[in-house]
Amino acid sequence: MSAPLLSVRDLIVEFPTRRGTLRALDGLSFDIAPGEVLGMVGESGAGKSLTGAAIIGLLEPPGRIAGGEIRLRSERIDTLSPDAMRRIRGKRIGMVFQDPLTSLNPLYTVARQLTETIRTHAPVSEAEARKRAVALLDRVGIPAAARRIDDYPHHFSGGMRQRVVIALALCAEPELVIADEPTTALDVSVQAQIIDLIKEICAERGASVLLITHDMGVIAETADRVAVLYAGRLAEIGPVREVITNAAHPYTRGLMGSIPTLTQETDRLVQIPGAMPRLTAIPQGCAFNPRCREVMDRCRTDRPEALTTGEGRQVACWLHADDAQEAARG
Amino acid sequence: MFAFILRRLVQSAIVMLVVALVSFSLFRFVGDPVASMVGQETTLAEREALRESLGLNDPILVQFGRFVGRALQGDFGISYRLQQPVMELILSRLPATLELALVSGIVAFALGITLGVYTALNRRGWLSNFIMTASLIGVSLPTFLIGILLIWIFAVELQWLPSFGRGETVEVWGWKTGLLTPSGRASLVLPAITLGLYQMTLIMRLVRAEMLEVLRADYIKFARARGLTNRAVHFGHALKNTLVPVITITGLQLGSIIAFSIITETVFQWPGVGALFINSVQFVDVPVMAAYLMLIALVFVIINLTVDLLYYAVDPRLRVDRAAGH
Ligand SMILES: Nc1ncnc2c1ncn2[C@@H]1O[C@H](COP(=O)(O)OP(=O)(O)OP(=O)(O)O)[C@@H](O)[C@H]1O
Ligand SMILES: [Mg+2]
Repeated sequence: MSAPLLSVRDLIVEFPTRRGTLRALDGLSFDIAPGEVLGMVGESGAGKSLTGAAIIGLLEPPGRIAGGEIRLRSERIDTLSPDAMRRIRGKRIGMVFQDPLTSLNPLYTVARQLTETIRTHAPVSEAEARKRAVALLDRVGIPAAARRIDDYPHHFSGGMRQRVVIALALCAEPELVIADEPTTALDVSVQAQIIDLIKEICAERGASVLLITHDMGVIAETADRVAVLYAGRLAEIGPVREVITNAAHPYTRGLMGSIPTLTQETDRLVQIPGAMPRLTAIPQGCAFNPRCREVMDRCRTDRPEALTTGEGRQVACWLHADDAQEAARG
Repeated sequence: MFAFILRRLVQSAIVMLVVALVSFSLFRFVGDPVASMVGQETTLAEREALRESLGLNDPILVQFGRFVGRALQGDFGISYRLQQPVMELILSRLPATLELALVSGIVAFALGITLGVYTALNRRGWLSNFIMTASLIGVSLPTFLIGILLIWIFAVELQWLPSFGRGETVEVWGWKTGLLTPSGRASLVLPAITLGLYQMTLIMRLVRAEMLEVLRADYIKFARARGLTNRAVHFGHALKNTLVPVITITGLQLGSIIAFSIITETVFQWPGVGALFINSVQFVDVPVMAAYLMLIALVFVIINLTVDLLYYAVDPRLRVDRAAGH
């Protein structure tokens, strides 16, 4: 594998509260290669959004990075000064949020929001910025872009607004785009279009994507690799095909089982009993052990490390301790 | 746009008509106008003649119509107490009140917004905490007490500023102003602070709460995620959104500044319409009371109208000129 564009190592995110410190991300590690689309899945509260926020440097206080490191093209970015980090946001790392209806400032025209962002990151004239903005809107599929650019956000439908949001996230040509559930708030009929647009436009520019979603179908069609998060920890990461057809972690198997379209025998829907633990009550050992069907004694006491079981493939589960040794030897 | 203004104008006219009705009924229910006009020795027949000549025996509706018609021409009758046309009285007092209200309104608005934004952006700073605590005192002390305290400190103890009156005034195009003379400006300071303090703290707390709310909005998060500078995010994106709801309340506050000026004018013996009104109440000078009521209502109606138009200018969502495109 080539040198990663983004490299997250042992990331820990904590929230100090009156009743002790909550560890929302606990030792998370993964890489994103240049041009790669990494999907990220996990139950609600698993820490997907926090991962995105930590990378782009927008954790809301009192949340803070308490350990680990984040590197962008091998340069550490989690320790940068606020202003240096600000220059990276938008310019090198772009972000698309969930709700296009609330992501745009209602009081400014699309043109003003686009040119402002372009001119923040590139020393160009207003006219040049506007020219770029029109071209970009055209590229993201806004019909009659030259005219619509002077409209206010409320003049656009939800799908069109998400296109505007994508244009805004990409207008300074970032190398990495973090898309946090970019279609959850949209009409089902336009969801696929938006996902395709993100994928296409990022491929065109060679940008990598961290695609956070609940939708395994989207991951299967869009992502190169997928990371599965559970209670702020990485359960499994690997090439999408492999993870879907041959999930290594019992949690992933349960997760795949709950997507009927992806299982061969659709009559048997695997359900994961129980619910993800709250941050105040993460069990000792493997966080998943109380819900796991294949739990062993060791899982209740020792926390499994992420074991490499193949090329770009890791799993944090004691079931695979032997496979990992083999992979290391062979 | 035009229909919007027209609708607002019609609504305003209705409000004014209702207030006119209230003012009009003052004449009927508060004292007997004939009794207030004539002396002890007037005979009953004479009183009846006067009543007839004043049109007080006509049907109520005719009388009300006449009242509105005269009011539209600025005729509110003669003051019982001062025996002068009411309109003349009010016009001669109006500059004093307007100058006081405007100066304290502008100060309250400018300071309120500045402090509100500051305390919202530096939420945990000690200065913010100090300002917030001090502002609690500002909202909880009654106006007259603040006035008296200020007089005691700055007029009696320190003797820096005058405690009553308007100081020297000069007339510019028929407008008696105190803003152009040193003593006029000095006289304005204490009453303006007294009148504006409450409004300022109110605006400040409102701006702070609104701004904190806006700073949590998704479009602010997205603006930060695009790498915009703090300045652009705070003052370009957040402040403008903060001001949309603030405009309405602030507009209404300006109305109440004029209405509240009654107390301040009394404390500082400021020769404005508020003081005129208080004196009229003591003497049951109904024409002046009625005219004052209408004047205050008119001020509120005009401010409301202006606020609506401002709102319309600031928030593009209200301008539904084009259908949403798909
Ligand atoms: N300000 C905060 N204080 C305390 N805990 C927080 C705070 N913000 C987030 N958390 C916790 O961090 C955990 C991860 O949250 P996150 O938003 O990343 O979840 P997510 O995986 O994105 O979920 P979803 O799918 O619902 O978006 C949650 O358990 C949440 O309770
Ligand atoms: Mg989330």
